[in-house]
Amino acid sequence: QVAPAAGTRFHQDRAKNHPILLSHTNALNSRSELYSPLCECVCSDVCFLSQVKKLVYVYLVRYAEEQQDLALLSISTFQRGLKDPNQLIRASALRVLSSIRVTIIVPIMMLAIKEAASDMSPYVRKTAAHAIPKLHSLDPEQKDQLIEVIEKLLADKTTLVAGSVVMAFEEVCPDRIDLIHKNYRKLCNLLIDVEEWGQVVIINMLTRYARTQFLNPNINESLLEESSEKAFYASDDEEDEDKKAEAATLAKRKPYVMDPDHRLLLRNTKPLLQSRNAAVVMAVAQLYFHLAPKAEVGIIAKALVRLMRSHSEVQYVVLQNVATMTIKRRGMFEPYLKSFYIRSTDPTQIKILKLEVLTNLANETNISTILREFQTYIKSMDKDFVAASIQAIGRCATNIGEVRDTCLNGLVQLLSNRDELVVAESVVVIKKLLQMQPEQHSDIIKHMAKLIDNIQVPMARASILWLIGEYCEHVPKIAPDVLRNMAKTFTNEEDIVKLQIINLAAKLYLTNSKQTKLLTQYVLNLAKYDQNYDIRDRARFIRQLIVPTDKSGALSKYAKKLFLALKPAPVLQSTFKDRDHFQLGSLSHLLNAKAAGYQELPDWPESAPDPSVRNVEVKDSVCARRTVLTGPEESDSGSGSESASASDESGSGSESEESREETESEDEEEDEEKEKKRKKRLDKTKAKKPAEESAERCTIAPSGSIKMYELLHRITGEGLAVEYCFSRQPFSPDPNMVAVQIQFTNNTNSETKNLHIEEPRLQSGMRIREFTEIGLQPSGESVTVVMGIDFCDSTQAANFQLCTHTRKFFVSIQPPVGELMTPVFLTENDFKKEQGKLMGMNEISEKLMLGEKCVNEHVIVERVTATANLSRVPCGSEKECRFAGKTVSSGCLVLVTVPTKEGGGAQLTVNCEKMLIGTLLVKDIMQALSQ
Amino acid sequence: MIHSLFLINNAGDLFLEKHWKSVISRSVCDYFFEAREKAVEPDNVPPVIRTPHHYLINIYREKIFFVSVIQTEVPPLFVIEFLHRVAETFQDYFGECSESTIKDNVVIVYELLEEMLDNGFPLATESNILKELIRPPTILRSMVNTITGSSNVGETLPTGQLSTIPWRRAGVKYTNNEAYFDVVEEIDAILDKSGTTVFAEIQGVIDACVKLSGMPDLTLSFMNPRLLDDVSFHPCVRYKRWESERVISFVPPDGNFQLMSYHISAQNLVAIPVYVKQNISFFETGSSGRLDITVGPKQTMGKTVEGLVVTVHMPKVVLSANLNATQGTYNYDPVTKILVWDIGKLNPQKLPNLKGSLSLQSGAPKPEENPSLNIDLKIQQLAISGRLGSFISVGCDSLPAGPCDKALLLLTLF
Repeated sequence: QVAPAAGTRFHQDRAKNHPILLSHTNALNSRSELYSPLCECVCSDVCFLSQVKKLVYVYLVRYAEEQQDLALLSISTFQRGLKDPNQLIRASALRVLSSIRVTIIVPIMMLAIKEAASDMSPYVRKTAAHAIPKLHSLDPEQKDQLIEVIEKLLADKTTLVAGSVVMAFEEVCPDRIDLIHKNYRKLCNLLIDVEEWGQVVIINMLTRYARTQFLNPNINESLLEESSEKAFYASDDEEDEDKKAEAATLAKRKPYVMDPDHRLLLRNTKPLLQSRNAAVVMAVAQLYFHLAPKAEVGIIAKALVRLMRSHSEVQYVVLQNVATMTIKRRGMFEPYLKSFYIRSTDPTQIKILKLEVLTNLANETNISTILREFQTYIKSMDKDFVAASIQAIGRCATNIGEVRDTCLNGLVQLLSNRDELVVAESVVVIKKLLQMQPEQHSDIIKHMAKLIDNIQVPMARASILWLIGEYCEHVPKIAPDVLRNMAKTFTNEEDIVKLQIINLAAKLYLTNSKQTKLLTQYVLNLAKYDQNYDIRDRARFIRQLIVPTDKSGALSKYAKKLFLALKPAPVLQSTFKDRDHFQLGSLSHLLNAKAAGYQELPDWPESAPDPSVRNVEVKDSVCARRTVLTGPEESDSGSGSESASASDESGSGSESEESREETESEDEEEDEEKEKKRKKRLDKTKAKKPAEESAERCTIAPSGSIKMYELLHRITGEGLAVEYCFSRQPFSPDPNMVAVQIQFTNNTNSETKNLHIEEPRLQSGMRIREFTEIGLQPSGESVTVVMGIDFCDSTQAANFQLCTHTRKFFVSIQPPVGELMTPVFLTENDFKKEQGKLMGMNEISEKLMLGEKCVNEHVIVERVTATANLSRVPCGSEKECRFAGKTVSSGCLVLVTVPTKEGGGAQLTVNCEKMLIGTLLVKDIMQALSQ
Repeated sequence: MIHSLFLINNAGDLFLEKHWKSVISRSVCDYFFEAREKAVEPDNVPPVIRTPHHYLINIYREKIFFVSVIQTEVPPLFVIEFLHRVAETFQDYFGECSESTIKDNVVIVYELLEEMLDNGFPLATESNILKELIRPPTILRSMVNTITGSSNVGETLPTGQLSTIPWRRAGVKYTNNEAYFDVVEEIDAILDKSGTTVFAEIQGVIDACVKLSGMPDLTLSFMNPRLLDDVSFHPCVRYKRWESERVISFVPPDGNFQLMSYHISAQNLVAIPVYVKQNISFFETGSSGRLDITVGPKQTMGKTVEGLVVTVHMPKVVLSANLNATQGTYNYDPVTKILVWDIGKLNPQKLPNLKGSLSLQSGAPKPEENPSLNIDLKIQQLAISGRLGSFISVGCDSLPAGPCDKALLLLTLF
């Protein structure tokens, strides 16, 4: 046996065993004997990217499920690999680790993913994104934690990560559309540089996103269409009035203005139509089809036609989608009609799809060329294709009235074709066409009646019989004769023909009972003893219905109505109709059935959701200045005569300017008028502005030493600006809480009501004491409140919602470590005693160089106390500064010592039981002192 | 995404399988075999097959079916495009993508498949990265490998994966810096019986072979870019620049690649370079027919027509052909009913002619329609679109200070 031999030899000569190994991987049986030496091999393999590893990994991953215990042996090696300084090795280790499908290691995987998600290297972060769906499929209970990781990775700014994380998003939490808001613009801008596969996933996701967030760009048009359609059919005055009313509503409706973010998406995806990757092109095409204004959809046609020159599988998929598109937007593909002409070398399935497209494209102007083309197709040797062509002709004839007679004549000529299949198919199609206007075509019916002797295809025979039965009044002489002939051969016919013979008999009995009474009896008797129960049933049913007996039921009176009712002509329509409710390009669309995991394409919203959710907080000063400029204008516009909705619009307009800064703005012409208005307003407010600004200044910095942090920017808050600071006052209701002073400034010109906090989302153990609700805040004024937060001595952020009477804002407060403590007064002796207790692990010491300005003790004290809320401990020596404090929540002592040396050197020592606090504090103080 | 991949040959043998997630039993392929049976021709197998629990997406290439198993919603083109990329990678590595080469290089095939997909999502599909990770086999290396027992897995770390231009590896060095561009144009035309053009279009590709050191940044501009009706690019091309300036600006991959493909609208009449006189007729009696085909040059602009091949799909009733070719060889396959006449170079002085009789199945009615002819030909050194070729100019934005002082750019057209 090879297997044990391979196992023993493995360590000496690994490489030679590759082929053997692989042949085993190839074979389906799991080789448990081989597995254990292999796992050992992984463990002994220090070098991660050695020759053997790849194949061992393949094997390991393949059989981990079956050999769980043994697979676990190798885990520690991968864990070590996760810490490797080389990013490729870290990534590789994570990749293999996450591929091992063993539930026991779920926590290890979770930890590894979290760590890798904040790795320096984008490649490792990409691998982390890849690992997320793996873990999710292994243990769906980790979903919540994984979503957090996804949220974090979505914020990543590198192209490498974007595609993979969106893929993870789609697989784990495709319905959490709220995670996309903040990253939407970034994704749009990155899109072009993301690798091809990522582009496909991102575009598909953004299509769905856009459907939930933006308004239908064709909304006005579709309304127009509707009304024009109505007008077309309308004849009486009532409807005219209706129309007027509608026009009035149309006029009232405010003109559609495309959201700049919507435009951004369309603009950034357009160049990708030029991609070499058919999947990318298709993704963009479906995006345009679903999202773009009607006038712009046309550009995708050219790209899709290009895909028609690709492999036949690609053609197949593209044609399916084109077929759906042509039903809705025929004009788009009309210029490319000839590209859909069929080549003799096309596979049959492609030919049939092309026929479908050609039929959809047919209209009054091009029908003659299309029919000429169809005529050649009928002569093809591919019989399935010929049958499809005949049906296509039939459809053209029903859809376009002008050519109905031409088509019918052509099809009748085909009846004399030598190929039976062609004839049969034509009969079926002619039957459908005749149903539309039977009166004029009794000669065709006669002609077909003659054919019944020659045609053997059951479907065609049945069709002819039905026709004769249905229109027996037009052919009163032939019909009984046909029935006579059929009665003769009844027993040898196929089932569907037999049913039609019975039908014919019944109809003739009702119209011409004199001639056919006996024949009908005969046929019904034959059918009574047929092998097929369906035929027996039918015979019995019809006998009861038409033959008058003493006991005949109430129904027989209506027999004539039942059988000879006017039947509506069949509607020949494409099988692709209404397929567009599936997202184009998707598997579900192709199959015309919902595939597992398919995400419905949502309908456009009635009114646009708030566009400001996509605003990203702008941190640099340049943007901040601009917002100062736009701020007053915005508040002014509201005060004007315009309605509230108008002020909303102008608000979103000014925001979009920021986002559009990098890209050129297209709608400039449109905006010009607005701009003018804006300028006027600015002039008006100029006088007011300086005063306002100065007022703002003093509110921003109420006291010099305390730093203000921004909680809600004026723009995102729609005029409501919120700032907070750590007042360093003890929070009286609960001494274990940090006091946070919050200042609200209402920059709008309306009152803000009911300011309060809702739904705090806190880490376990953290608590929050809300401020009392602010009932009413007049415009232009500031209000300050104090709230308490117990951070549990951690620097984790407290998240909550800030609510006004109209809006909710997600905000978070993250404390710097220095604010988590309160001062403690100690004597020098006490200090030394306490310090003695906090030695070893609890002491963190760092050397540093003091910054240029830290010339004397005074500056050092100032710097340290500004960084952390500590008090100074009196000290004998001038060369040493000591500070003490305790953490707010648990009351652990925090002792800081800074002895200075000659030449600007210093030694910083922090003693604290909480090591995390100590480490963070050292970092902060170091930074403060070395500036 | 992609769950598993099965490779199946024309005879219906499953000769390779690979799973990226949990293992799926081979029996899932039975649905494929069923569809294959039904389709008769391999071309007619539907690319997407639905089974109770899975979806099978398959492509047919080089007489191999690549059947992938999907469990959840995924754009079908995504999978199809990827499978083609796999086939192209095999071709790139082994020279051809056939059952025997795959079987011979099964180790490399597995290594490649492992690197190309991670958990069913494409990871590294650029040939440059892959070649860094797994070296392609050469005769010498495979000999060394069998002797020393080493493998083809690269020893170096795949740094290309980290870069923002994954298609180019770092540290490329050549003693001669060269770049070649080939412009290949195809006309695709449908002619009717009388020889008038029903539909014709020109399709072109620019293949490049770039051997330049360092990180060169090239531009390629056309004198008349308006001629190009529709283009598609390799990902290395900067779309923005094309949109604004109609200049192709790119950092090329190392080695051979297809830079772009384009389409020239059929509005301007395409001149078909040859004409064909054909006369195929079947007699009412005697179950035989006659065939006479002559090919002659039409508008070749003084260039010679090469690689001329005429293919005729005969009706089913034609049993055999007894013909006489004045030039080239002909072959009639009675099973597939295809007559292939390989002419080769077209001599304008002595026009090639194929003449003779066809024998039909006795008793069968004569075919009512004459078969269609497919004609393939090649012309070197001629761009059908005419004006495009001579106006291409290549510029270099940044060329490396390579070992040779003067960077030499050779431009070969066609």
